[in-house]
Amino acid sequence: MAFINFKKREVQIKIVYYGPGRGGKTSNLEYIFNKSKEHILTELVTIKTQGDRTLFFDFLPFDMGRIEGYEVKVQLYTVPGQTMYNSTRQLVLKGVDGIVFVADSLEAMRKKNFESLKNLQDNLKLQKKSIFKIPLVLQYNKRDLAEQGIPLLPVELLEKDLNSQLKVPAFEASALEGTNVLATLKKIIILTIATIQDQLE
Amino acid sequence: MNIALGSEQLDKIGKILQTDLMELGVHCIVLLDLAGNIIADLDNGKTKFDVYSLAALAAGNFGAVSTMAQIIGEEEILLLFHKGKKENIYFSKVLEDFLLITIFGHDLSLGFIRLKVAEAIEKIAKVLAA
Repeated sequence: MAFINFKKREVQIKIVYYGPGRGGKTSNLEYIFNKSKEHILTELVTIKTQGDRTLFFDFLPFDMGRIEGYEVKVQLYTVPGQTMYNSTRQLVLKGVDGIVFVADSLEAMRKKNFESLKNLQDNLKLQKKSIFKIPLVLQYNKRDLAEQGIPLLPVELLEKDLNSQLKVPAFEASALEGTNVLATLKKIIILTIATIQDQLE
Repeated sequence: MNIALGSEQLDKIGKILQTDLMELGVHCIVLLDLAGNIIADLDNGKTKFDVYSLAALAAGNFGAVSTMAQIIGEEEILLLFHKGKKENIYFSKVLEDFLLITIFGHDLSLGFIRLKVAEAIEKIAKVLAA
């Protein structure tokens, strides 16, 4: 639910990073924060458990500059990935405009990725939104681990599992090293802005 | 569904918040939607809070409390208020989709703030519903 302020000529959009626990959602935001400090309005806000896992959400407001004469302020959120935190995921998803689904490339995470994507679909349904219609980008994270000999799911398999029906843009990435983190962000912002463009004067 | 507000509506809301609340001596006011987007924010020029983070956390906090209310069989929690040593935060829902957070010091009583916020909300609701 983007907010368009015609007086200040400002648009606020909400992008949520979704995906299984320990998949790299917070790492995406940390990389963006460290690399783009001049565009960041504030500190990275995190609500974590003692074990350093996301409890509620991480939040990063990001200044995109002007598009079509409007100042675009992007609010980046992550959700807690662990299964038991579904009610907090539903809260963070409220009013979402665009989603980055961060899939974990580790071989052992195949089922968790699938379950998390299904959970996203179910939670969007509660808001009367369709996973097939909302701006969505997939990110296959942790691709850098292949260099260390850690078994990863082939990208073709991830595509087949997660993207065969959705057919949305997908990026191979490493949130820790920063590979394709900004490309993912740029893509979801472009897709999300496109959905509200006709409302901008 | 996106929310789009024109200059006239935003001016009216700003004026209500200024005359009905800021002039009482409130430190900061943020009107936001339940997704955490800021509709309007005013401060007294002395406090410089990070209103973007404040709005995101306020929306999350309000959502969490509402869900807790449902779990214990309440439709909604009637009073959401945080008391600090210097600053207090009072949360109020405006219509179905908006939230007003009022930050004030100990020179104003909660009862007085609640009364004045309720009056202001009635006026703001009319502007938002128009």
